[in-house]
Amino acid sequence: MAKVQRLISIVLRLTAAAAAAAAAIIMVTSHETTSFFGLEMEAKYSYTPSFIFFVVAFAVACAYSLLVVFVRPGSTASRLVLMSDVIIGMVLTGAVAAAGALSEVGKNGNTHAGWLPICVQVHEYCNRVMGALIAGFVALVVYFLIIMYSLHELAEPLCSCHY
Amino acid sequence: MLTRTASWTSHSSMDLEHGSKKHSAAPTAATSTSTILQLRDRFIALQPIVLRASAILATTVAAAVMGLNTQSYTAVVAIIGTKPLMQTFTAKFSDTPAFVYFVTANAIAGAYNLVVLLMRRLILQRRTPSLVVHMLDMVIMVMLATGAATAASMAYLGKNGNLHTRWNPICDKFGSFCSRGGIALVSSFIGVALMLALNLLSAAANASRPNVVGQ
Repeated sequence: MAKVQRLISIVLRLTAAAAAAAAAIIMVTSHETTSFFGLEMEAKYSYTPSFIFFVVAFAVACAYSLLVVFVRPGSTASRLVLMSDVIIGMVLTGAVAAAGALSEVGKNGNTHAGWLPICVQVHEYCNRVMGALIAGFVALVVYFLIIMYSLHELAEPLCSCHY
Repeated sequence: MLTRTASWTSHSSMDLEHGSKKHSAAPTAATSTSTILQLRDRFIALQPIVLRASAILATTVAAAVMGLNTQSYTAVVAIIGTKPLMQTFTAKFSDTPAFVYFVTANAIAGAYNLVVLLMRRLILQRRTPSLVVHMLDMVIMVMLATGAATAASMAYLGKNGNLHTRWNPICDKFGSFCSRGGIALVSSFIGVALMLALNLLSAAANASRPNVVGQ
């Protein structure tokens, strides 16, 4: 039974690493240049600090997931891994929230502040950022599953299933 | 957690009673240590209440300060002939969906904490309601964190603008709107930290009990 537990944990962590890597890579490769009314407009992820934070957070989460696969379950390091899982989950939540707020402004603009939406001009860039956000949500859900599964392995507060 | 420390206190006072036939100074030492232990027990029992009350205060202050945040100024827009044309520019929190979500999340968190604080005796007697409250604590903390992160990124955009998308910063025109929003943001972050401390406390309290569900 311990082998099945370890297998499930490894599969979950590899899925999380893949989703986080996908989110970071899609955001990094979003780049579009367009010109309207003679003005040249370039859209890149590095022009927005929230998107930089998004890329950095998901890259760190991907590397962390790949490293943690090699921790033996039941050792003291596994409790530290659970705590770090919660911390990384909160950081990813903040990153997705910040990137989501900025994407909403980019898509709808803000009439009260005089900010025009940019998605009409750089349509491909907006699609890529949306894809990165979707991958980020998937990675967040998988991280939540990892935390719940680790809690279930370490201390079973609710269920009475015996192993 | 409360029952464990109470049993330790009674055990230690029984020890002190057994060993008190040495000399007459021992009973006074026994009473002083037992009062210190009583004070310590009371301090430990008050911790969740104090944390929850502080979290209520922090989140309600954040919601109120951001909710009442409005600033307007009048400026001359054009001059027609000799008559100047004035227009009023207003900044409210409801201009941005991010701030609306921020106020909603803080209000929900404050109301939830208030309800849990008032119904403490009813809820925290048995194990399952105590675990449900712990789970809801985590959910509300993450909701607060997302609200604070969203409002922080919008506040950064309002303060610095974005050169490449030609979004101008608004904080030079609406100075007190921005500073009040900053105060609300700081208060919300403090509320998130307090709820995190509450979560850790509940986790320690729930984990020290034996697993009675399956028995």
